[in-house]
Amino acid sequence: MDPYLLRKLNAERAARRAVIHLTDLGDGRDRVIREGDPVAGPLGEAIARAFRSGRSGLVEVEDRKFFLNVHLPPARIVAIGAVHISQALARMAGVAGFDITIIDPRTAFATEERFAGLDLAADWPEDVLKARPLDAYTALVAVTHDPKIDDFPLSQALTTGCFYVGALGSRKTHAKRVERLTALGHGAAEIARISAPIGLDIGAASPAEIAVAILADIVAHLRRRPLLGAGP
Amino acid sequence: METNDVFDPLAIAERWMDDGRMVALATVIETWGSAPRPVGSHLVIDGEGNFHGSVSGGCVEGAVIGEAMEVIADGEPRLLEFGVADETAWRVGLSCGGRIRVYVERVG
Repeated sequence: MDPYLLRKLNAERAARRAVIHLTDLGDGRDRVIREGDPVAGPLGEAIARAFRSGRSGLVEVEDRKFFLNVHLPPARIVAIGAVHISQALARMAGVAGFDITIIDPRTAFATEERFAGLDLAADWPEDVLKARPLDAYTALVAVTHDPKIDDFPLSQALTTGCFYVGALGSRKTHAKRVERLTALGHGAAEIARISAPIGLDIGAASPAEIAVAILADIVAHLRRRPLLGAGP
Repeated sequence: METNDVFDPLAIAERWMDDGRMVALATVIETWGSAPRPVGSHLVIDGEGNFHGSVSGGCVEGAVIGEAMEVIADGEPRLLEFGVADETAWRVGLSCGGRIRVYVERVG
């Protein structure tokens, strides 16, 4: 592997851009291809397919064998609410390999002391998400219970096609939330994508157990998402 | 989709390279049956035999590291195959019954 390409590959991955590392297994030569880079012929078609499916694999073109290693942006979690559940979720997410950002405008909750060493933003989601928008490779977890804080990011998550959208609250709370999101122009099918009550039903009782249920739900959505197009 | 923590093999490969260490990269390029790690998984190895990542559930890493030492020495990439049908399976086979092919190359 070309050392320059290793650097380029890592830089692209760090910037959350989809890339393919292409190796000619005959002579060992390699390339890094960004999504949208023009590649002609059958190899170009195979590359386009690999970007869509996210699947790495071998391709044979004109008696030459290539290996395509597809690198889609890593799944990350954005948690709205610097609450007890998020404290546990943040640590578990790191172990499971997810980047996580916690957003909460309530400065009493969003303290460095409670979230030491984590990516914490003590601002309104409206402001934070402007600079770092949600995308299809992001899971949105809304756990403040407060519509003033949760509703905007939930609406954004549905619009941008986050692979997971979860909202904390009882069925009654969620029914009211559905009304508000409908008023914002979201259709029933879109709103039905929200996991509410949030997390897999494992009878979780404590905040840490609820965090386990949420993380398991996120993994389930990530690994069972439909292939092609929007899915990371 | 991948994970990006401190154990990311490609990030480690770059750090090791910057430290002036010799580095080989092993990649799962094909799998059959119940292979433990998916296509695209990496194992990064340095000239001393230090390694991070995985190409299986720990069953064949030892053999891959041995080959990586030779790849680092001569710079020639190698294509390795492991599986129950392979006679090396008795020594370093995949207990899960799968088969994998692993491409090992030197960085630089």
